[in-house]
Amino acid sequence: MLGVPKERPTHAEQPPLVLLRDITKSFPGVLANDHVNFEVRPGEIHALLGENGAGKTTLMNILYGLYRPDSGEIYIRGEKVQIRSPRDAIQLGIGMVHQHFKLVLPHTVAENVALGLNGTPFWAPAKVVAQKLRELSTRYGLHVDPERRVWELSAGEQQRVEILKALIRGAEVLILDEPTSVLTPQETAELFKVLRRMKEEGHGIIFISHKLDEVLEIADRITVMRRGKVVGTLLAQEADKATLARMMVGREVVFRLSKTTCNPGEAALRVEDLYVRSDRGLWALKGISFAVCRGEILGVAGIAGNGQRELVEALAGLRRVERGRILILGKEVNGRSARAISDLGVAHIPEERIRMGIVPGLPVEENLILKKHHRPPFCWRGFLRFLAIREFAKRAIEEYGIITPSPKTPAKLLSGGNIQRLILARELSGRPAVVIAAHPTYGLDVGATEQIRQILLRQRDEGAAVLLVSEDLEEIMELADRIAVIFRGEIMGIVPAAEATLEEIGLMMAGEKRVKVEG
Amino acid sequence: MDFASWLISTVSRALAFGVPLLWGTLGEIYAERAGVVNLGVEGMMILGAFMAFAVSQSTGHPGLGLFCAALIGGVAALLHAFVTVTIRANQYVSGLALSMFGLGLAGLLGRGWEGKPLGNTLPTLTIPGLSRIPVLGPMLFQDQTILTYLGIFLAVVLWLLLFRTRWGLAIRSVGENPSTADSLGINVTLVRYLCVFFGGLLAGVGGGYLSVAYRPAWTEGMTAGMGWIVIALTIFAAWDPLQALWGAFFFGALYHLSYRLQAYLAPELLKLMPYLFAIVVLAISGLGGARWRRRAPGALGLPYVRGER
Ligand SMILES: Nc1ncnc2c1ncn2[C@@H]1O[C@H](COP(=O)(O)OP(=O)(O)OP(=O)(O)O)[C@@H](O)[C@H]1O
Ligand SMILES: [Mg+2]
Repeated sequence: MLGVPKERPTHAEQPPLVLLRDITKSFPGVLANDHVNFEVRPGEIHALLGENGAGKTTLMNILYGLYRPDSGEIYIRGEKVQIRSPRDAIQLGIGMVHQHFKLVLPHTVAENVALGLNGTPFWAPAKVVAQKLRELSTRYGLHVDPERRVWELSAGEQQRVEILKALIRGAEVLILDEPTSVLTPQETAELFKVLRRMKEEGHGIIFISHKLDEVLEIADRITVMRRGKVVGTLLAQEADKATLARMMVGREVVFRLSKTTCNPGEAALRVEDLYVRSDRGLWALKGISFAVCRGEILGVAGIAGNGQRELVEALAGLRRVERGRILILGKEVNGRSARAISDLGVAHIPEERIRMGIVPGLPVEENLILKKHHRPPFCWRGFLRFLAIREFAKRAIEEYGIITPSPKTPAKLLSGGNIQRLILARELSGRPAVVIAAHPTYGLDVGATEQIRQILLRQRDEGAAVLLVSEDLEEIMELADRIAVIFRGEIMGIVPAAEATLEEIGLMMAGEKRVKVEG
Repeated sequence: MDFASWLISTVSRALAFGVPLLWGTLGEIYAERAGVVNLGVEGMMILGAFMAFAVSQSTGHPGLGLFCAALIGGVAALLHAFVTVTIRANQYVSGLALSMFGLGLAGLLGRGWEGKPLGNTLPTLTIPGLSRIPVLGPMLFQDQTILTYLGIFLAVVLWLLLFRTRWGLAIRSVGENPSTADSLGINVTLVRYLCVFFGGLLAGVGGGYLSVAYRPAWTEGMTAGMGWIVIALTIFAAWDPLQALWGAFFFGALYHLSYRLQAYLAPELLKLMPYLFAIVVLAISGLGGARWRRRAPGALGLPYVRGER
């Protein structure tokens, strides 16, 4: 449990809680950490920033005992330690919220929290924890039902479970690896309250995020990494967004996109009275209709779990349509396979990158041609043509800036951001008519986010119809030409982005307002 | 024969025949719940059968025989654990090899004992009082050995342990998602070793039951494919000890009934029956609803390497 604040000497006099000295770690083909120095003092929130693949997660995994460093030393409270496993780390009072959730999906929330938790009874550990969990989640405003099974939860709810798991263990050093990527703004605010409280109690917190505003708001100090090296550490008061972005990326980053006015053409994607069921067999979409024209971005806003996932899957041919029609370029595609739909010129950027976006064990180059492997120039009479594939892969890696040791590296070894670039490179090659993008910038660094948004705008300008599903309202406001708000499987209204206010959209997302749907 | 006595003998024989299946399945459920498939059940059972026979014959104590059967099953399982958990070799290949090895070794060691009946068999019990209830008494409470009741008791205890305790939670988590368990400080290697070892102990007892109680003699290959039925039963029972209970006795009944057909069917066909049932039953259980509850542990068959993406 969270410790009671004791009489402590002022924080500055104490040795740092964590001191990493000269940590080096290499993987085949990459130097992920190159003589990294990093420290956390008691009562400090220290943010760690860096591009995708900069080596942040690697460094934290070393501190948590998941990787052994090639060289370097770790000091906890001034004492040199060897951390051989997470078990050692836990005993030293270190807790971690992992970037890729570490949850047992078929188990309940309470079971996930109870696993390995000290002080739970032998019998019925989950029951006892469920009780504690209810208290804790009301205290901190992180609501989840302890009895629900984790696979039923939305990504945001799963993240709450991860955070609760760390909170209940009351670690003295808490590592948060992108904890806010799928939280709503309210949830993030609640989390920050918790973190501030922990800070007052003398905990040390390491906070990793790509959202610069958040980092500036919560952190005391900020360390920036690039390509495995520490670029510098600065006080949050003295930092600003532009400086941080420049340190991370090594160039200027534009935060405002230049957007031309939209000239919508004919409708490329039309959905009529669509009914789709969720995995649990309930209605996920209850008769929704909309159209996306060429040269236009339609943003779909809504809180996670209101049918967005089912909508995207139905459009991509991955989920059965129970009633209604989907028309692509005027052709009805109900019941067609995902390949048939993709051959019509539909690009699908899925929500679950690793599970649906790539074949993790295959090399980058083969992942890049997955959708076209059966057609020339990559295929000749049933044989793959490796030279053509290699050629294409090299160009795509270049054009989309995918950081990979080689085209032959298995895709699963890339960092999260680079996996996303890989998917975009594959999906957007060959001028798609319709682009369906689910959370396209989730977890990406500022540079990549900017690039990907620009890529989507370019697709629009080149005449693609873009459907953008995102929980990030700012992203939708910035990119979309029209905004559709989805709530409990119904569309609450479609409004032109230029006339929409955050407040109005917020009310619609909560189901409290409905606007008459045009056409 | 009238219906009542037919029913009595069928149920009573089904119970007796289900016992080795039950013990084997309970063990395999624990190994697989921790994420390790052990196809070596047949080998562990036959080693257990031989060991129980040899020790009982030499010492005159069938109890001691069963104890040694458990041990040899456990040792064989440790071999599998070492190859699959520590060396991370393919679990299916290692398990198959273990089956072949066990059958071969038991055959070799058992040469001098072939066909000999056992002097001191495991006594059958007649439960005072209960056995006098009409029909039910002779059906359930006569002519059974202690292993029948111990097996049923064990199934309940193992169910409680798996679904209601800290240990069970750790075991299930290791089988579903070892990297999550590892990151919370659970020793994945240790849990897997213990579960596989435990599975071996139970398979050994299951085999030993055959040679000191069910058919008190030693014949080469006397497990006759029961180990494979155990593998199927584990899936059929959806990795749940309580479901294994009735699954094992259901298969016990099928075995017994197919013996009753001896007069009408070719012996080769008869031998095929249990396998045929296994396939049919697996196909049916695969079709049913609530499939997510019947799915295999998420990391079943996969070696765990820390830090691998
Ligand atoms: N287990 C691994 N095997 C091989 N390479 C790896 C492994 N883990 C990380 N890498 C490589 O090390 C580099 C750093 O990865 P890391 O995950 O630490 O980046 P990151 O800063 O956390 O990026 P992101 O913001 O995308 O999460 C990347 O180039 C990645 O491909
Ligand atoms: Mg990371």
